[in-house]
Amino acid sequence: MKRASRSRRQVLRMGVAMGGGLLVTRSAAAADGPRTLGTPLGPYGERSPFEKAVRWRRESRTPETGSSFTPLQDSVGTLTPSSLHYERHHAGIPTIDPAEHRLVIHGLVERPISLSIAEIRRLPSMTRTLVLECGGNSAGEWAATTGPDVQRSYGLVSCSEWTGVPLALLLAEVGVRPGASWVIAEGADACRMERSIPLSKALDNTLLAYGQNGEAIRPAQGYPLRLINPGWEGNSNVKWLRSLKLTNQAYMARDETSKYSDLMPDGTARIFTYGMDAKSVITFPSGGQTLPGPGPYELTGLAWSGRGLIERVELTTNGGQTWVNAQLQAPRLPIALTRFRLPWSFDGREAVIASRAIDETGYVQPTREALIAVRGTNSIYHYNGIKFWKVRADGTVTNVDA
Amino acid sequence: MWTRSDGVPSPGLNASVSPRLRGYVKVKHACGAAAIVLVGTVSLAAQSPTFGVGRPPTPEEFRDLAFAIAPDGTGLPAGSGSVADGRTVFAAQCARCHGPKGEGDVGARLVGGQGSLATPRPLKTVGSFWPYSTTLWDYINRAMPFDKPGLLQPPEVYAAAAYVLNLNGIIADNAVMDATTLPKVRMPNRDGFVADPRPGGEALK
Repeated sequence: MKRASRSRRQVLRMGVAMGGGLLVTRSAAAADGPRTLGTPLGPYGERSPFEKAVRWRRESRTPETGSSFTPLQDSVGTLTPSSLHYERHHAGIPTIDPAEHRLVIHGLVERPISLSIAEIRRLPSMTRTLVLECGGNSAGEWAATTGPDVQRSYGLVSCSEWTGVPLALLLAEVGVRPGASWVIAEGADACRMERSIPLSKALDNTLLAYGQNGEAIRPAQGYPLRLINPGWEGNSNVKWLRSLKLTNQAYMARDETSKYSDLMPDGTARIFTYGMDAKSVITFPSGGQTLPGPGPYELTGLAWSGRGLIERVELTTNGGQTWVNAQLQAPRLPIALTRFRLPWSFDGREAVIASRAIDETGYVQPTREALIAVRGTNSIYHYNGIKFWKVRADGTVTNVDA
Repeated sequence: MWTRSDGVPSPGLNASVSPRLRGYVKVKHACGAAAIVLVGTVSLAAQSPTFGVGRPPTPEEFRDLAFAIAPDGTGLPAGSGSVADGRTVFAAQCARCHGPKGEGDVGARLVGGQGSLATPRPLKTVGSFWPYSTTLWDYINRAMPFDKPGLLQPPEVYAAAAYVLNLNGIIADNAVMDATTLPKVRMPNRDGFVADPRPGGEALK
């Protein structure tokens, strides 16, 4: 206060010195008071206190298991902040000191090795921007399209820049023995989550990632080391990686037989369904949002494919009767979230809107009906049906079946 | 080498195989595909390491990693457990989450559901769905009890697995599970798994 009053006097003096005409103006400005300084610089950033987007956690009976969903409706661009990356844990998030953590590569190899994180970080590295989607994303849509918003129905998908060492490089280092055909990956979480990965994938493009979005991987994402299998369901991207065992057979782990297998209408289950097909969803306007009134808006959303580039995204505003191409944000990256946009004028009449992704292999994102016709409604995993939203005349947006 | 996204081996020859058998052929295919890749890798194996990073794992590290169990039983340790032993282990360590008879509570239901997989309300349990008994041993050993994984010793794991298999009517009341007998247990849904027919190109699969 003292400082403020002194400032006011200074302004008054200045005004007098500069002449009567200015005095009036300066006095008016001073009525707002002087500006206060902002907060000091800090060592690690926080977002604005006015930003409220958070993950939504599905209720589970044990807090260490379950999943939390990325708020896609609040996303802009294509990258997911590490703090909002979706989570899926089976036995809580372990606290791991990277100085204590080691990766052991063993089994059918010439030279089994145990590596520290520091040693892994010395090796030739690479960085890729990649989408990561839970195999069970949108699982609720099989039974009914009643998910109230895009976060809860499509939010088990996120996109990060991952940095690490190609697994092939370390496989050459240990020497793969003839007969090896699978790599059994194990995490250091309490349940020692385990998945079998075909050696062909490991030699193709699997990464041992230690970096995410320019810093170390977050604990919830596998700190200090995570297997990244580009284009493959999230569960195969084993977090807190501690062991890679080369074997002559898949190990038929619980999380690739009992879970993450897709039950078909005839009672058989598809196994090793790693790949994620093309998918897209409109994030604005989407369920739970309200348009303030008729007028110009930008339809926008996200598309991705586990098999490569998004070639095209088509949008409808009349329930699928006609489709038009959306603009795709450049540069498009393979196996990454691709932002699409289209100017749209809301005329105040009900509109049923949806997006449809086509990837570089020519695969067209199917309708829910087409998907169910082939796979029934009990497969849980790999739902990628077209998502319709209804913009009502009053501007509220709901699920089309709500 | 790094630009391709789908390392899934192509279904290829599966078209000539009966749908029921595709799963097995596919797994072999995956091995075959990997073996082809390995032609280039075998020569790497003969080379000396490029970077020389790491050190041989210590015996302690190997012991810690020992219990990953293959479906043919590879990796199963010594020890054994009977159904009767398992009743005791289950009551002490498992029943509070899975129910006294494996009927499910906080933990998954472990029994029943056989014949339900092709119905509108499939019940996927160890008895109705799991294709390999070794998976049960592997999962109990690595992940159970939920709040104290790693608590059970191998004989207790054999016993708990035996009890769950017995609850499902898969093994007899007097059965004893060990590294030899467990992998020989044929699970009811052993043939219930098929290969992934995707990627589909334009055709939805």
